[in-house]
Amino acid sequence: MKKSLFEIVSNIGIAKSVWKMVLRGDTSDITKPGQFINIELDGFYLRRPISVCDVNGDEVTIIYKAVGKGTEYMATLQPGVKLDVLSGLGNGFDVAACGDAPVLLGGGAGSAPMYLLAKELIKAGKKPSVIIGFNSAEDSYLEEDFKALGLDDVYTTTVDGTKGIKGFVTNAFEHLAVKPDYHYICGPEVMMKVVYDALECDGQYSFEERMGCGFGACMGCSCETKYGNKRICRDGPVLVKEEIIW
Amino acid sequence: MVNTSVQLSTMHLDNPVIPASGTFGFGYEFAELYDINVLGSISMKGTTREPRFGNPTPRIAECTAGLINSVGLQNPGIDKVIEHEIPELSKYYTKPVIANISGFAIDEYVECCEKADKVDKIGMIELNISCPNVHNGGMSFGTSAESAYEVTKAVRAVTSKPLFVKLTPNAPSIAEIAVACEKAGADGVSLINTLLGMRIDLKTRKPVIANVKGGFSGPAVFPVALRMVYEVYEAVNIPIMGMGGVSSAADVIEMMLAGATAVQVGAANLKDPYACKNIIDELPIEMAKLGIENLSDIIGGAH
Repeated sequence: MKKSLFEIVSNIGIAKSVWKMVLRGDTSDITKPGQFINIELDGFYLRRPISVCDVNGDEVTIIYKAVGKGTEYMATLQPGVKLDVLSGLGNGFDVAACGDAPVLLGGGAGSAPMYLLAKELIKAGKKPSVIIGFNSAEDSYLEEDFKALGLDDVYTTTVDGTKGIKGFVTNAFEHLAVKPDYHYICGPEVMMKVVYDALECDGQYSFEERMGCGFGACMGCSCETKYGNKRICRDGPVLVKEEIIW
Repeated sequence: MVNTSVQLSTMHLDNPVIPASGTFGFGYEFAELYDINVLGSISMKGTTREPRFGNPTPRIAECTAGLINSVGLQNPGIDKVIEHEIPELSKYYTKPVIANISGFAIDEYVECCEKADKVDKIGMIELNISCPNVHNGGMSFGTSAESAYEVTKAVRAVTSKPLFVKLTPNAPSIAEIAVACEKAGADGVSLINTLLGMRIDLKTRKPVIANVKGGFSGPAVFPVALRMVYEVYEAVNIPIMGMGGVSSAADVIEMMLAGATAVQVGAANLKDPYACKNIIDELPIEMAKLGIENLSDIIGGAH
């Protein structure tokens, strides 16, 4: 964990209410995909925890949905603005745990951390397939970015069928070129539960919870697991499949 | 050179700044960021006889200048705290710490305090009779003078360590409760715990907190806390640890002028993990600016 100032490089809308912000600063504590940063915003008491989508040198990319006053305010921020950021939070995904053919599953805003995860898996010599699910075409993003990494087994699903495969991420399973031997997932809990029941292989699940501090001090975001109580912000947000209690 | 040290009962503190229970865990997370030995002391995470998960989530809600928490005393239980957490904390923190003890019946408080009494690292016991989160729990002890007296008296009998009782602002008269604790043999009082509050999500039209209500803290409560410290100072002759929204060295000084001997910092730690360190660094500068040489000289100075 590190507290430092990051400068906004860019902050642009990429889908309906979805924004992509690139920040420049000390990224040295961001060591794994699936970690998050916690951003202080003027006029808001608590920080906003946002998962890391990508890291390139001293730049970190986040993708966030403007769903409340804090994130709506974030969407108005211009390049050059400096933000107080706690970086390198959370345990992140373990890329060593999977075989050669993992599937990455993202739901809505949960698709963002899958991007850095895909990059790290490719770096480790693995060939992930990707399924990202949205409500509608206007909500969707990232498909082209995954394809630009050289991945060809990439699918978008939409509930209303306006883009890609109609339905939920599970509706894309039959299209996968290779049967997945492992899965990584981040998305709404209902979606993760459906995948948990549908896939037999092991996997890692990234959870979300309302947080106080974001670094393990307040115990605001705890959950019960088969391996004991865990703080989503500190011992998570990633839990392995076998420890989850729904 | 200004002198920031204060004498809090039998504890000599290099400075009066103490992270408040429940906002600092057992200190490890902060030890990653700075040398926590700069702290006057540490009030550890509230501890009960049995391990507890606490309340269902969501248990955090943001507010203007503060937050509501309904953690509900999640902790590993007194035995684990003594066997594991205190030795771990001792690796990073060399000074005595404050054990914050909670319970749901007098015998639970007594058993925890008997155990805490035997631990050298514990320099003081802070009895939480005010946590508003647990049904049929601490609330009842802290809102009636009789039950506050009863639990303080029972714990007093089993410990020779300095005993501070942490008071709830959700009582009809906090000064009356403080007087009852003093009569029962408390060495001091800590105040205030959080104020009972709630938020409603406009989209779902339901309470944000799973447990509906929770404890409100942060800068918004500072004037309320200050007023209560001022009132309690007039009512008792034992030292006060003042807390409630303290976020700067100026707040620390103001709290001490109202009557606090030491000051706890709570919600500010969650917003900025360096909050206590920054306040400690600012304190001598703020004192010099105000012409204060010895911080302990100003305790109760506003009366």
